[in-house]
Amino acid sequence: MGSIFSPQQIVNGLQLGAIYALIALGYTMVYGIVRLINFAHGDFFMVGAYAAFGSFFIFNVYLPKGNMLAFVALILAMAASGLIAVLTDHFAYKPLRYKPKLSSLVTAIGVSMLLEYTFSAIPLIGPSPRGFPEILPKKMYHFGHAEVSNYVVVDLAVAAVLMIGLTLLIQRSSLGRAMRAVSQDKDAARLMGINVDRIISLTFLIGGSFAGAAGLLAGLTYPRIQPYMGILPGLKAFIAAVLGGIGSIPGAVLGAFIMGIAETCATAYNSLLGEGIAFVILIVVLLLRPSGIFGEKTADKI
Amino acid sequence: MKKSYMIALGLVAGALLPFAGCDKAAKTVNIGGVAPLTGEAATFGVSTKNGYDLAVSEWNAKGGIQGKQVKLVFADDKGDPAEGATVYTKLIEQDKCCAIVGTVMSKVSLAGAPICQAAKVPMIATASTNPKVTGVGNFVFRACFIDPFQGTVGAKFAFDELHAKKAACLFDVGNDYTKGLSEFFKTKFTALGGEVVGFEGHATGTSDFKAQLTKVLAAKPDVLYVSDYYSDVAIIAKQARELGFKGPLVGGDGWDSPKLVEIAGPAVEGCFFTNHYSKDDKAPIVQEFVAKYTAKYGSAPDALAALGYDGANIMLDAVNRAGSTDGTAIQAAMVKTDLRVVTGQVKFDGDRNPVKSAVIIEIKDGKQAYKATVAP
Repeated sequence: MGSIFSPQQIVNGLQLGAIYALIALGYTMVYGIVRLINFAHGDFFMVGAYAAFGSFFIFNVYLPKGNMLAFVALILAMAASGLIAVLTDHFAYKPLRYKPKLSSLVTAIGVSMLLEYTFSAIPLIGPSPRGFPEILPKKMYHFGHAEVSNYVVVDLAVAAVLMIGLTLLIQRSSLGRAMRAVSQDKDAARLMGINVDRIISLTFLIGGSFAGAAGLLAGLTYPRIQPYMGILPGLKAFIAAVLGGIGSIPGAVLGAFIMGIAETCATAYNSLLGEGIAFVILIVVLLLRPSGIFGEKTADKI
Repeated sequence: MKKSYMIALGLVAGALLPFAGCDKAAKTVNIGGVAPLTGEAATFGVSTKNGYDLAVSEWNAKGGIQGKQVKLVFADDKGDPAEGATVYTKLIEQDKCCAIVGTVMSKVSLAGAPICQAAKVPMIATASTNPKVTGVGNFVFRACFIDPFQGTVGAKFAFDELHAKKAACLFDVGNDYTKGLSEFFKTKFTALGGEVVGFEGHATGTSDFKAQLTKVLAAKPDVLYVSDYYSDVAIIAKQARELGFKGPLVGGDGWDSPKLVEIAGPAVEGCFFTNHYSKDDKAPIVQEFVAKYTAKYGSAPDALAALGYDGANIMLDAVNRAGSTDGTAIQAAMVKTDLRVVTGQVKFDGDRNPVKSAVIIEIKDGKQAYKATVAP
């Protein structure tokens, strides 16, 4: 029997973690700005996977399978998910912005179901699982005791580039400064001349597009997509964000990689434990350190 | 005096009229049909329903049963046990079906069987291979062979023909069918002198099998026995190849779908599965069925279609012989079934399971190719 912590399992875990990280970032950013757990976020991930699937069939006519096609699919997946996220915010959350938090939360669950069932009902998409095409020809590399495919490299590289870009945007640009200001105090930010609604839209756009990128990567890595594919990864990414400290960007990334590796190793130990480990982590975090690894200790910042 | 008598009679008749559709004097013989048209086994459901429709239209063309046309009342169980329980109840109580054909998945049939048993309405599960299904009671039959046979044939084939010494199993813990198959494979493979080096379950609906695969592949199995349904098998095959596994995968009738090759591509090339029938079988009844089915639906029938067709025919034959739509009479006729159908000569044993053979199918150049027939 292979060891639970064999190099191959760590590679598997990192790959899963990269996808969780991209989803978790959206959860944490939206929470940081509007204090909303956006339960429809997992479905933005699903939208991204279908957008990538669709763009493959449209653009494969002009482009051969390969990096260029994958890049086009990535951009379109990010655009589609970002757009859906912005529209969701505009039509579902914005009217409830200054209403009790529970209203937005319940609306988020409603949007999630709306997206899932609408996608099942569209004849071109349908409720049945579909195989995801191999946009990139698969190559295998052998590293010591681990088989590493180019998909692992692509998953990790895309996640890393997007995360570094996001960090630079938030820490170095004036837009990032505005985002940080809005997350600290909306009213003061507005008084300073920041267009708060625009910043919120932008946050949804970035968060959604990251989920879309994750959708493409998940489609490549676990090549089956269906309208309900966002539920579990969404939930697990949310737990990853809570583990890292919801509202914290490095926290979401760290939490996601911990989740990915924990899940893979737990599955290797006992295949039933793997599915449950996320929820065990959630309970333990909530009991011992409700604010997560990087979270601030205040219960509510407002 | 006579006039008021007539009026009273008219009133009584008028009052009874609304009930006319519900009693035994109905104009049609209502047969329930259940299959998953949506969900994880959707292609199974479509084929199965085509099989039902073809069988029913043939009976109706021949003049129906007991002089009445047969009406198939179809319901989609969505591959979900809870949904299955609802549709079986609906077919019996609302649509007054005298017998039910279906369904495909064992876990859903297990939800429907107690309902049929309690209502004394005979049912015939078409492709539910888990032994427990007919164990529910004497009104529950099936049209296919059962898991022990399929798991055993798979193990025999892997050991004798593929010369495998070490095997690993992968199955869905939330599904009685895949679990059952893997358990019987393990028992037989061990009994033959082979070694089962990995036996791992996975959660229903997951798409990441790499943790389990990494674990079982570390023990270097010669074959991987994957008793899942086609869409899981496709992903497992791809991920197993990604992790460096070069040997064949072997599985059960859950593999039988054009989607398997469509999703998995070369990853399932040279893999094998046990099945109920092959369209390349030269028997006249098989070829006649293949020709009629292809003419009607534009594609060759898979095993699910054959079983749907057979299930409907076995049940309609019993209703015909029973001479009534009474559940107990149909049940008595079912027990005495001795009918040649597409998937073999069907006679029921004491547990209401048919005694018949299995075929082995190889995936060759992206197509299903007939390999061998294995008798019980």
